[in-house]
Amino acid sequence: MKFLPTSDADRSEMLRAIGVSSVEDLFASIPAEVRQPADLPPPLSEIEVRRLLGSLAARNANARESAFFLGAGIYNHYISAIADQMLYRAEWLTSYTPYQPEVSQGTLQSIFEFQTHVCLLTGLDVANASLYEGASALVEALLMASRLCRGRTRAVLSAGIHPEYRETVRTYFSALGFTSVEVPIGPDGRTDPKALARAVDADTFAVAIQSPNFFGVVEDWKVGSDAAHAKGARAVAVVAEAVSMALLAPPGEREADIACGEAQSLGVPMHFGGPVLGFLACRAEHERQIPGRLVGETRDADGRRAFCLTLSTREQHIRRERATSNICTNQGLMALASNIHCSLLGKKGLREVALQSHAKAEYLKREISKIPGWRIPFGAPTFNEFVAEGPEPASPLLSRLARRGILAGVPLSRWDPDAPNRFLVAATEMNTREEMDRLVAALKAGGTGDRQVPRQDRP
Amino acid sequence: MNPEELHYTASHEWVRIDGDVGTIGITDYAQKELGEIVYLEMPEVGHVFNADEEFGTVESVKAVSELYTPVSGEIVEVNKGAVAEPGIVNDDPFGDGWLIKMKLTTDEEVGKLMTAEQYAKYVQQEEKER
Amino acid sequence: MSVSVEEKKGPAPGDRRHPEPLHEPLVFERSGEGKVGYSLPPLDVPETVAIPEVLCRPDLAGETEISEVEVARHFTRLSRLNFSIDQALYPLGSCTMKHNPRVNEEVARLPGFASAHPLAPEEVSQGALELAWRLEKILSELTGLARVTLQPAAGAQGELAGILMVRAALAKTGNPRTTVLIPDSAHGTNPASAHFAGYKVRELKSNARGTLDLHVLEEAMTEDVAALMLTVPNTLGIFENQILDIARIVHGKGGYLYCDGANFNSFVGIAKPGAMGIDVMHMNLHKTFSTPHGGGGPGAGPVAVAESLVPFLPRPTVERRTDGAFSLDHDRPESIGRLRTFLGNFGMFVRALAYISSYGNRIGDVARGAVLNANYIRAGLAGVYHLKYDAPTMHEVVFSDKKQTASGIHAMDIGKRLMDYGFHPPTISFPLIVYGALMIEPTETESKTGLDAFVAAMRKIARESEEDPEIVKTAPHTTPVRRVDEVGAARNLVLRWRP
Repeated sequence: MKFLPTSDADRSEMLRAIGVSSVEDLFASIPAEVRQPADLPPPLSEIEVRRLLGSLAARNANARESAFFLGAGIYNHYISAIADQMLYRAEWLTSYTPYQPEVSQGTLQSIFEFQTHVCLLTGLDVANASLYEGASALVEALLMASRLCRGRTRAVLSAGIHPEYRETVRTYFSALGFTSVEVPIGPDGRTDPKALARAVDADTFAVAIQSPNFFGVVEDWKVGSDAAHAKGARAVAVVAEAVSMALLAPPGEREADIACGEAQSLGVPMHFGGPVLGFLACRAEHERQIPGRLVGETRDADGRRAFCLTLSTREQHIRRERATSNICTNQGLMALASNIHCSLLGKKGLREVALQSHAKAEYLKREISKIPGWRIPFGAPTFNEFVAEGPEPASPLLSRLARRGILAGVPLSRWDPDAPNRFLVAATEMNTREEMDRLVAALKAGGTGDRQVPRQDRP
Repeated sequence: MNPEELHYTASHEWVRIDGDVGTIGITDYAQKELGEIVYLEMPEVGHVFNADEEFGTVESVKAVSELYTPVSGEIVEVNKGAVAEPGIVNDDPFGDGWLIKMKLTTDEEVGKLMTAEQYAKYVQQEEKER
Repeated sequence: MSVSVEEKKGPAPGDRRHPEPLHEPLVFERSGEGKVGYSLPPLDVPETVAIPEVLCRPDLAGETEISEVEVARHFTRLSRLNFSIDQALYPLGSCTMKHNPRVNEEVARLPGFASAHPLAPEEVSQGALELAWRLEKILSELTGLARVTLQPAAGAQGELAGILMVRAALAKTGNPRTTVLIPDSAHGTNPASAHFAGYKVRELKSNARGTLDLHVLEEAMTEDVAALMLTVPNTLGIFENQILDIARIVHGKGGYLYCDGANFNSFVGIAKPGAMGIDVMHMNLHKTFSTPHGGGGPGAGPVAVAESLVPFLPRPTVERRTDGAFSLDHDRPESIGRLRTFLGNFGMFVRALAYISSYGNRIGDVARGAVLNANYIRAGLAGVYHLKYDAPTMHEVVFSDKKQTASGIHAMDIGKRLMDYGFHPPTISFPLIVYGALMIEPTETESKTGLDAFVAAMRKIARESEEDPEIVKTAPHTTPVRRVDEVGAARNLVLRWRP
């Protein structure tokens, strides 16, 4: 086995030094009756591993080989070649949590830079080193709000928050005695401000809204902030399409207390949904309640700038059952990818990506709305994703299109059985006008026609 | 080194009785065990505690320790200097590094606490069990 | 890279050998107006902003302007300030820092995985669903348990999922119970996860062997206890040799036996948790199954469960239909729900499947190698460092600084000094029941040469602690930065760069 560096001669010498006659002797403390070998096939060579995994990969439609309009929390954005290739460096890939700052300054400084990018994008003071992904980031934000409003037990959530995020909140809340109340969106696709304000009471610790919301509609964070602050609760801003933060007013500016969500679209491949990149940011006065890892700036013994993990006493390895969270890791490599990406694109590029995504989605929205029998049910402004509604059930239509090499959207029927004809369509800077026109033509034709030749020349 | 006139708890707090007011802090042993202290979380003045209730926490870089009231009473003062510069607790745990003052509910609880000598033995035992 | 320890004197102040400029400015400080690090095609649709101005921001003040070449240099230089497994032995106990096979990285980047979307129609995602299904089957076989959820994003989330399933199963019988029992040697995530699953934690004191005391367990195990969370082998690297009795006691009171499988790498392919009476167990793909640690994540924490907990698995599960096609089953009315979006850290599933396939039915060699190497280190350091618990060592061994404290040397100093000899420190100060702990886990991917060099360095540090303690106390001397002021960082928080 090429991953095992011990020769037979080494093993004999080692066993002699240990004072046992065989490796099996070292397992004597495992009761004999539980010892069972694994019934697995024989080992595969590297060539065979490539073949096996390659054959599985070949059976997945993907953004490299399709006209691609899927979103709903995972987006296909530009990632520079250098971002991924940098992740191959052993010093990034094969190191661990920077507990020992003297030999981890690279990781620590990169996290510090990532924290800064998140602060700049959210307009808030402090960001952590990243969290698993968007849904659990929302949970952590809500639990943080609950600690800032001790004794209160309710969170008010806009129904415009990603349904899988809301489902995750229910899972986590079930055992803690917290409840989540959902406020429906209005006819134009935005959370109804009056209904939101009415739902908040003196027992509410947080009000959370998402923008762009699950239906792609741009919300005003201030609606959530006002509703929360009127009753002494904390306002939580949820972002599932992080590219939008380069164009839309940041949560901090619109008085949100905590921003959280999913930063996959800032430099992380889609990975069939994971690993992706959760983030959380807050105001400075709440920094001691922030969950997860934090990197701070300090000095070394020679007085030079250095970085280290800080405020660790909030965390489970020290505070155990009294910790701010049970999380033990961040998404180190994904946070690095995002730091590289945000640094490369920077001030101009992040904004250009956002503007292009928005302009393309506007174009596509207009073209789809012109197709006879089709309409855009929500009238409020959208960022780069919108709901389209056609004359027939969406799921079978989308399957037909997928077989023709067009991944046209995400049907809403799983979350809203009353809207079988609706689906979400997303556009990004990766989409060309040609393929958007192709999508429109295919929708006009009802998703039938010849299979398109998969495009191999995509970036 | 543990002042004779103080009374000690098994959770390493001390209390100095002055009339009906008790001044409370952590022992020299406790501050050494914690290492350099970086943060104190202290209760509000006016808050009432029973004996042996958690009244705050003390944090170093690598450890956090809950603080327990040696006696029952009402918080009448918090050491703002120590909250601002927690290093004082390391430098002078029995003096300037005190944490809170409480108006005692009763004078009967103090007798149950350890004397300096008892506490020294207790610490010795704790160290041995490591 | 490791310094020869045969030389008379170890590295000393001034022996800094780091070749790079020791400090790299922040990427924000490298920024320069007018520089560009990206390129996009020209916009091929009409330019428009159809969003009211009040909901927009004018710009991204403070963000970078930097060229690609400067980004390449910045991140390459930063990387060189990190220690990594590919450099030398990284004996961080409990973290299982083993070699990360690169073919796993390569296959995970195939467009059919990296550029696939979780909400694409199932009929065009069959490869991804089959991969998840196959990995579940394999983990089920390795654990001897009925089914596995791959959803949890990391071990800690797996713990939460596991205890929530226990809670759901007990609640169905009318009483979720109030308490979870956890030995004092456990990792901090165990009590934290139990707390977030709504339980009180009762800590159980370990016995003189370092394992669970059956009398302590019997006394604590009431009908108010939902589960015992047990790490097997425990954080001392000691196997709970009375595991069958433990299971009997827990089950006798209607409780569940939870296994923290962080240390599964010490018996994978040799023994099955299901046969031990374990009802639910999380695994860390980044430990046992070698997905890269990546500077702290991403992890993945699949949870295997016995038949009795299957109805409560997180939604959705991956099922193979009668026609052979794979699909997601969201219709699971007793499920605890979701812990995160989509299927989980799918990219980690790809790597784990590649890794397990490479070993196949020889997967037990992972455990054999890990246990052999840990015992070899134990033999090499016995008598030099104090060993509080001397029960048989599995995959890791926990020494302490007790013999060195007389000269004022603590575990942290020993760890820092190891850096001067070209090694990463062991895990320091954990588990909590060993004062001054040095928790050493070499893993199976370390050669005898590497182990010998590590043992020699540790022995040399023990000698230095007596003869020249100052050089140990002030270590490291050769790293990119010297000891950093963590106290200052905590007292005066600077958590971001400001424009």
